[in-house]
Amino acid sequence: MAELWDGYLWPLIVIIAKIVLIVGPLLIAVAYLTYAERKVIGAMQMRKGPNVVGPFGLLQPMADGVKLFLKETVIPTGANRVVFVLAPVLTFFLALVAWAVIPFSEGWVLADINVGILYLFAISSLGVYGIIMAGWASNSKYAFLGGLRSAGQMVSYEVSIGFVLVAVLLTAGSLNLSKIVEAQRSVWFVIPHLPMFVIFYISGLAETNRCPFDLPEAESELVAGYNVEYSAMTFAQFFLGEYANMILMAAMGAILFLGGWLPPFDVAPFNWLPGIVWFFLKIAFLLFGFLWVRATFPRYRYDQLMRLGWKVFLPFSLFWVVLTAGVLLALGRLPQG
Amino acid sequence: MEDTLREYLPILIFLVIAVAMAVGMLVMSYIVVPQHPDSEKDSAYECGFEAFEDARVKFDVRFYLVAILFIVFDLEVAFLFPWAITLGKIGMFGFWSMVVFLAILTVGFIYEWKKGALEWE
Amino acid sequence: MIVQALMFYVFAAVAVAGAVMVISARNPVHSVLYLILVFFNAAGLFLLLGAEFLAMMLVIVYVGAVAVLFLFVVMMLDINTLRLREGFLQYLPTGAVVGLILLVELAMAGGGWVFASDVEELRAVPVLSEISNTEALGRVMYTDYLYPFQTAGVVLLVAMVGSIMLTLRRRPDARRQNIAAQLARHKKDTLEIKKVPSGGGI
Repeated sequence: MAELWDGYLWPLIVIIAKIVLIVGPLLIAVAYLTYAERKVIGAMQMRKGPNVVGPFGLLQPMADGVKLFLKETVIPTGANRVVFVLAPVLTFFLALVAWAVIPFSEGWVLADINVGILYLFAISSLGVYGIIMAGWASNSKYAFLGGLRSAGQMVSYEVSIGFVLVAVLLTAGSLNLSKIVEAQRSVWFVIPHLPMFVIFYISGLAETNRCPFDLPEAESELVAGYNVEYSAMTFAQFFLGEYANMILMAAMGAILFLGGWLPPFDVAPFNWLPGIVWFFLKIAFLLFGFLWVRATFPRYRYDQLMRLGWKVFLPFSLFWVVLTAGVLLALGRLPQG
Repeated sequence: MEDTLREYLPILIFLVIAVAMAVGMLVMSYIVVPQHPDSEKDSAYECGFEAFEDARVKFDVRFYLVAILFIVFDLEVAFLFPWAITLGKIGMFGFWSMVVFLAILTVGFIYEWKKGALEWE
Repeated sequence: MIVQALMFYVFAAVAVAGAVMVISARNPVHSVLYLILVFFNAAGLFLLLGAEFLAMMLVIVYVGAVAVLFLFVVMMLDINTLRLREGFLQYLPTGAVVGLILLVELAMAGGGWVFASDVEELRAVPVLSEISNTEALGRVMYTDYLYPFQTAGVVLLVAMVGSIMLTLRRRPDARRQNIAAQLARHKKDTLEIKKVPSGGGI
């Protein structure tokens, strides 16, 4: 009995507790990201933003959530029911499981796998399924066009994200996310890899279908794109998944370029704050940029978007990878893994 | 190897919990909330028109081209990953080996560019 | 490790069941979705073998890219499954022959591990525990296996050129953006300011 408890049950309980500790705050963060978005954009447009529900409108996300929960789940007659329901479930599921490998602070990671970055890359490459499936299953023209556009856009920018990851890996010398962060003790990768950081950030906007790359949703022409037929919880899951993916992109940016949980300088006032606070501050900083971009830039045209991905980012990041490798090799500064 | 696998156990559990959560949310809402489907509500949205035809139409072949090019470049990235982390070990020879590989693919890339395959119209 | 054995049977069983569903599902889109399920379980099997890199690559390349293309094709081509099924019996002999050849080849590859003369040496390759799976691959792929590696590059090149040859149709009527021309436009080329005397008209 004791063996069963020590060998299986107790570790299982610990793992489940850790998962709850990741998922709970994540969902709260998602809820308040929507609130922050409305407040920030409101402030940028000289409006107040939500301010009725609760003090400063702080309960607004909860009210939205309850509203969506209490709506009727409409499944269109022409739709393929199984795929139609599967799509939002998949989107939400992927947005959650990606967090399994994110190191929040030194040693604070659920699954410290050797190929953490590949895991993240794999999960983010699956995100396109939720959208294609939704677009096809709805059997509605707007949804279909939105889904197609989105798929084309996401795969195009995924290529440049791949090359950016390779450039970072060259300097870090490991696929393990904790080791990538540790490799930035002396200098954050944003400094040597500044152009890659910019490309990563813009590609991140495109991957998460954010403004100015929100063509899949383009309200003015596609009336919300792939999720036009969705309602209630099915819609909520797309929404949650999308915002969780934004936070994930910001977390990846923080880990790959901004030194994850490391303080900017390892001296007195900076290293008083625990690592996780630094990590969250960096995520918040990157997310604020996402919101700022949305309030500032008009939408890209689709041909411009494709050109940016394939003709600018792809060749440049490929060139940068070769350049980084060459310079590191010539200087003998490659990490001896 | 046992240790590597042990690291994946939390992921497996996470997958199970995430599926349960995602499905649970939907099912709960579906059960709790009264459902009154009717034919108008359940018809596809087309700005007030009746849907003209099946939405699953044949579309621009360019999307296939993008998907194929994506596969090619994804594979290229896949080859780069192990190279990136072992470059310190395999040194100059490994570097030039990859440069030749990339040069071959760059020929294809230039061909694409010149042919106008990267342009959306 | 009992969990490991259990997981093997789960992955293997789901993979086989998924494969059966791929060929028996009525809707081609469902077939592709089952195919994705099979890929996932294959990735799980790789993982159980300790091949982390291959498992992730299977997901990234096959699920993240190849299956997306499949899905594009079957979703948008509107394949009529009933018509396809009519020729089923006709194709059966050919299909059976191909399947048989594949089976024999697999048996030969597997048999090599039992009957080959240097099998003891090959099997004795140690499981690399001190360096990761990815590193082990990287150390040999670009140097010892240079020739296959470069061949892969050429194959990718052929794929790129072939796909363009097959799918690229330029529409002559489409209007394209010419950025250079846009940037080269100058105010003095296009705009002229004329003094118009008041009341005089032009």
